[in-house]
Amino acid sequence: MSAPAVGRGKRAQTTRSTASLRHRLAERGVDKSLLMLVPAIIFAIALFVYPFSYGVGLTFQPSLATQDQWGAGIWSNYVAFFRDPFVFDSIYLTMRLALPVALFNVLVSIPVAFKLRHRFRGKKALTILLVLPITLGTVLTAQGMLIFAGRQGWLNRFLVSTGLVDEPLTLVNNYWGVLFSLIISGFPFAFLLISSYLSGIDPSIEAAAKTMGADWKQRFRRIILPLLAPGLATTFILTFVLAFSVFPSARLVGDASGETRVMALMAYRSFGELNDYPMASTIAVMMGLVELVVIALVLLWRASMFKGSTGGKG
Amino acid sequence: MAAHTTAPGVDLPLPKPRTKGTSRAPGEKSLVASPTTWIVWAGVAAFFIYLLGILISVIVDSLGRPWFDSWLPENATTDWYTGAWERFGMAQVIGVTLTVAISVIVLSVLIGVPAAYLLARRSFPFKRILTLLFLLPVLMPPITYGIPLATVMYNFGLGRSLLAVILVNLVPSVPFVIMTMTPFIEQINPTIENAARMSGANMRMVFQKILLPLLVPGILAAAVLVLVRTVGMFELTYLVSGPGSDTLVVAIYRAMTASGGGEARQLVSSMAVVYTVTMMVILIIALRYVSPTQLVARVKESRED
Repeated sequence: MSAPAVGRGKRAQTTRSTASLRHRLAERGVDKSLLMLVPAIIFAIALFVYPFSYGVGLTFQPSLATQDQWGAGIWSNYVAFFRDPFVFDSIYLTMRLALPVALFNVLVSIPVAFKLRHRFRGKKALTILLVLPITLGTVLTAQGMLIFAGRQGWLNRFLVSTGLVDEPLTLVNNYWGVLFSLIISGFPFAFLLISSYLSGIDPSIEAAAKTMGADWKQRFRRIILPLLAPGLATTFILTFVLAFSVFPSARLVGDASGETRVMALMAYRSFGELNDYPMASTIAVMMGLVELVVIALVLLWRASMFKGSTGGKG
Repeated sequence: MAAHTTAPGVDLPLPKPRTKGTSRAPGEKSLVASPTTWIVWAGVAAFFIYLLGILISVIVDSLGRPWFDSWLPENATTDWYTGAWERFGMAQVIGVTLTVAISVIVLSVLIGVPAAYLLARRSFPFKRILTLLFLLPVLMPPITYGIPLATVMYNFGLGRSLLAVILVNLVPSVPFVIMTMTPFIEQINPTIENAARMSGANMRMVFQKILLPLLVPGILAAAVLVLVRTVGMFELTYLVSGPGSDTLVVAIYRAMTASGGGEARQLVSSMAVVYTVTMMVILIIALRYVSPTQLVARVKESRED
């Protein structure tokens, strides 16, 4: 600030310095209006940061039963997590569901979003129809699949009576049931995200490439894909998160004690049925870690894909 | 005059006649769809058939009695609906669902919108860290923060109460409101607010007279989406709810997994139909106000016109 304050009376100096402190703070963006952030900060600390840190702390206070079985003092929960095949295998079982579902949702959404990009009659109606599965929710989807795709459901009845298959397919209460139900609930979401990212790409860029003689393969490879990569990464992460925390469908249309014993189910089992809160928190924290690894890998892919600005729609 | 500038006798090359079929003028569309188009449409159709099959079979199941090894049930009845209504105390369950949903909407808008305003308009120290903090719950699987949160709630003696259900549902909703409102506020022209401030309006007046009317469409959109998410939220609600504070989804799930093989399938179906109809009404009303794609990026729809 300006120098003339030097050599003035003491009182004048103090008033000056408080004024300038406030001024300096305001220059850096700190003033009374930041109070509007207070409710959100209190919310984040009380309902997210504190419980989460508490949960992480809880993982280092294993129950006596866990300590007796696995030893290792405060690390007992983690030892149990990695040594107990019943728990540890659930990572693989979860991944086997969530990764194919997220990949399928993203990869299939691209061509569909492409074909539906242009204006045509009934576009809005089709979009609404594609959004409807969101209203079904996992529980109704599960109930519907049990009836529709069950052994005596319409689907099997149709397949058998047309002679496509000899005996009814087992489409529920196993891996496929959960996979389908996750696709049904995740695909519309992925489609909406990708089509909105796609519409964010300036069409004149593609038009320019077309003018210069690029065929559709080149246009896709050189223009659309790099521009869409951040959107694809985000969509993949979000659908993966949705599929990763499957829980109702794994129980209702899956084989909860076998093929679809996913991590969320194990965490809930410790929490609700065994009342072993430390172990439940451990599984929950490990879920977060596993997911972080996947997200980090996706972001790495995105970084290797294209460096630079993407035109603002990231 | 101008037409005869070339010397007589010099032949101008004739414009090449367009080859038919193989190449099209830019902007012209072929009448026969390409194979990829067919594949895409077939895929979309298969998806819808499966979806409709699921939906219709639940509806038929909820309206029929007995339905075992045949295409359709033998008789039609609405007994399952009245049965489910009494058996599961549906009036109370629906009341709880609405109370939770409305409280969550009001609270998350009150907490989220001011924060979104500051994030959209201002820069201040630690802004990036705060943004990350607000968005973290959206990126994490609900169970990861849900289980520690539920443990804390049980420790405080809040377990199985209505308050716990509301608080738990706020965790993903507030970040969601912040996430949708920030870009929405960014696109409002700041000169309007500046003009109001120059004319002597303080922050509260700017908010009431200028921002609020402009924000209403965005707030409505966010509120509707929070409503859909809250009514459909299973994982978090299930962790802390109990008899008396179950929302509709949780009540259906409990009916499906009740010990001893669960309730009669048709009872569950009729509850599921009630749930879906509620959700669809909400969503159809919502889609009248909100375009689903506007939430991620501001769409350049006008370019295509």
